[in-house]
Amino acid sequence: MIPEIGQFALIIALCLAIVQGIFPILGAQLNIRPWMAMARPVAQGQFIFIAISFACLVYSFVTDDYSVLYAASHSNSLLPIQYKVAGVWGGHEGSLLLWAMMLGLWTFLVSIFSKNLPDEMVARVLGVLGLIAVGFLLFLLLTSNPFERLLPAAPDGRDLNPLLQDFGLIIHPPMLYMGYVGFSVAFAFAIAALMGGRLDAAWARWSRPWTIIAWSFLAGGIGLGSWWAYYELGWGGWWFWDPVENASLMPWLVGTALIHSLAVTEKRGGFKRWTVLLAIIAFSLSLLGTFLVRSGVITSVHAFATDPERGTFILAFLVIVVVSSLLLFAWRAPKIEQGGKFEPVSKETMLLVNNVIITVIAAAVLLGTIYPIIIETLASLGLIEATNKVSVGAPYFNAIFVPLLVPLVFLVGIGPLARWKKADMPDMLRQLRWAFIASAIVAVVVPFLMGGWQWMAALGMVMAMWIVTTAIYSIRVRFRSTNAELPWGHRLNAIPRSFYGMHLAHIGVAICIVGGTLVSNYMSDKDVRMDIGDTVEVGGYTFRFDGVIEIKGPNYIANQGMIQVLQDGHEVMSLKPEKRVYTVQTMPMTEAAIDTGVWRDLYVSLGEPVSGGAWSVRVYHKPFVSWLWAGVILMVLGGVTAMTDKRYRVMARKEKKAKAEAEASNIATSKIATEKA
Amino acid sequence: MKARYKRMMFIVLGLVAVAAIAALILNALQSNINHFFSPTEVVANEAPKDRTFRLGGLVEVDSVKREDDGLTVHFNVTDNSEIVTVKYTGILPDLFSEGQGVVAQGKLGSGGVFEAEEVLAKHDETYMPPEVAEALEKAEDAAAQGAAK
Repeated sequence: MIPEIGQFALIIALCLAIVQGIFPILGAQLNIRPWMAMARPVAQGQFIFIAISFACLVYSFVTDDYSVLYAASHSNSLLPIQYKVAGVWGGHEGSLLLWAMMLGLWTFLVSIFSKNLPDEMVARVLGVLGLIAVGFLLFLLLTSNPFERLLPAAPDGRDLNPLLQDFGLIIHPPMLYMGYVGFSVAFAFAIAALMGGRLDAAWARWSRPWTIIAWSFLAGGIGLGSWWAYYELGWGGWWFWDPVENASLMPWLVGTALIHSLAVTEKRGGFKRWTVLLAIIAFSLSLLGTFLVRSGVITSVHAFATDPERGTFILAFLVIVVVSSLLLFAWRAPKIEQGGKFEPVSKETMLLVNNVIITVIAAAVLLGTIYPIIIETLASLGLIEATNKVSVGAPYFNAIFVPLLVPLVFLVGIGPLARWKKADMPDMLRQLRWAFIASAIVAVVVPFLMGGWQWMAALGMVMAMWIVTTAIYSIRVRFRSTNAELPWGHRLNAIPRSFYGMHLAHIGVAICIVGGTLVSNYMSDKDVRMDIGDTVEVGGYTFRFDGVIEIKGPNYIANQGMIQVLQDGHEVMSLKPEKRVYTVQTMPMTEAAIDTGVWRDLYVSLGEPVSGGAWSVRVYHKPFVSWLWAGVILMVLGGVTAMTDKRYRVMARKEKKAKAEAEASNIATSKIATEKA
Repeated sequence: MKARYKRMMFIVLGLVAVAAIAALILNALQSNINHFFSPTEVVANEAPKDRTFRLGGLVEVDSVKREDDGLTVHFNVTDNSEIVTVKYTGILPDLFSEGQGVVAQGKLGSGGVFEAEEVLAKHDETYMPPEVAEALEKAEDAAAQGAAK
């Protein structure tokens, strides 16, 4: 019964989404007020019904209803409760439902926090979001119904993939999807602005906080995914340039460009067309990511068992979205007026170059990711000679990422100090000479402290320090420009939050660079065969293998290795990596033991039993690896800080007042009109 | 005149930057593409000799052998028609097992042994890399044709 309610709720949500996608938009075009007014209640209703549907699926999982096919294939009665819930998004159908619910949630939030927007704008934004929801709900109902029944019911479930039975998986997909789907709001704002022909600073100010928060979620989601891969896959990598990772990185990169471009649109009224285009691209890349993950066209560690029908549907949806929004753009963009003029050396130019570099990186990642598909398609069309299947290796991405990051980081340092319209480059460089000298000294010293000169390490350190020192300088300059008579706290408070947010996020980038550079250049690892009592030295620590004991978990049995870590002959800790076998799927899984520290992680995982109690063991010493995730956390905090900037609220209040006045005068005029009549 | 000159400078600089970036990307792409070969193709000498490529198929049952160091593993990859022996030093991914699909990346060494630098892991045990599925299908078709003749 409950699953049928879930499915029925989904169908109602689809009907509401269709209404939401048609009437408010038409209402805004034809100026029919009641149609526009439908937007909010219908959008809220749509969200409520998707949430009901989602709750029904959770219920099926929690109550072990294995007459639901999806639950039977992704859960098991022995599974701990938190993984039963997380199992809901452990497979294709459920994660799409989660996606649809996130879209509903964003729509709901827009409907609530848009009191001060003009009615046409709200109607159009919610309408566009409704159209997107129609696409996803149709996709769910037609190709991936999570409520499909299994008759007769399975006696027990096939269990959730053991790799996914982990805390990281509970939060990684929801966070990532909040980010992915969040760009639909920026997209909806852009399309609404194109429809209404209203592309101004006010529009940029409305869509900016939404974009920033979506970007923050996406950053958090990517960071969590990377952290999960690090500790769960058992080989200590944190980024693999896997197509699915790339699929989340591309919209994030374009989103980063969008945030910077929106700044110009808001402050200087420039880059309007470019901003709109970026919003369209960011969302299209989110859809492309879904296509890549769901269709299985590319070999990836994330690929689910796939179905060509689903791939075709998403591809068709992607094409419709991209083509229709680009057509709208081509039709409307020429009417958009130019922004303010600026000199070749100015903040605008720097943000422009920043945008170009980030877009190029995103494009290069895109090329590397879909290159196998391009080659195959060209070959099947007979345009090039058919070859064997190809794949693009990780070195390709590194070869592009690193050289392009250098100029980008230079701009991160100098951009915040540059003036709008016209900046004085020699003067800025003079001001920043100490920052540069400090960075250079750190860059020379750190590699020697870490154990030896490495060019890449020095480069990484100079970039990271450059960001940090220039940020400090820039905050100091800003602080000095505040009223010196006020107390410290007031002066710090006088600086807008978005300014702090920007520097927090930039410093986050620096911290990530430190982590990434140092761990890749100074990591040491050993794969060894260890008999009981054997020791191995890695990174100044001695690891002694004391054998393996068997332990029993709720739904697995494991061999637990006992490894003593010694430093200067003293025992400092014991690490207990496990090799688990999950009983339902009889799938082996390596559970690494990690000692996390500020300066280094010690990471031990078990390979296989070799003979007579000996095991193959993998031991890593990973300096500064946790800085990678600390950096991501700073970026997220930066985003959240920027989003809560006062001006969004102050301006919102002003706009609300203006709107109320406008309405009052409207009513007044219509009254006069009726009286005259 | 001056404004025009400046604009020209910008366009030239922009073009140079675009050309440099394009060269960077194409060069990186050129040297990092890995082709996929099936055991049949490797045996027929179609695979490159000194370049990294990907070999895929099924791990032949009862073919996994470990050397005394406990880390070097030999196993056979088959497309049910031909066999290539793979040598790999290190710890194999969890989902590596006999009879399952596998993709290994590496180079062809002496004596036709494929020296793998990396053996790819998959999240899902029911998942078969499309390349492997295709290679198996091809070999089967070829065998069927051979039988028909």
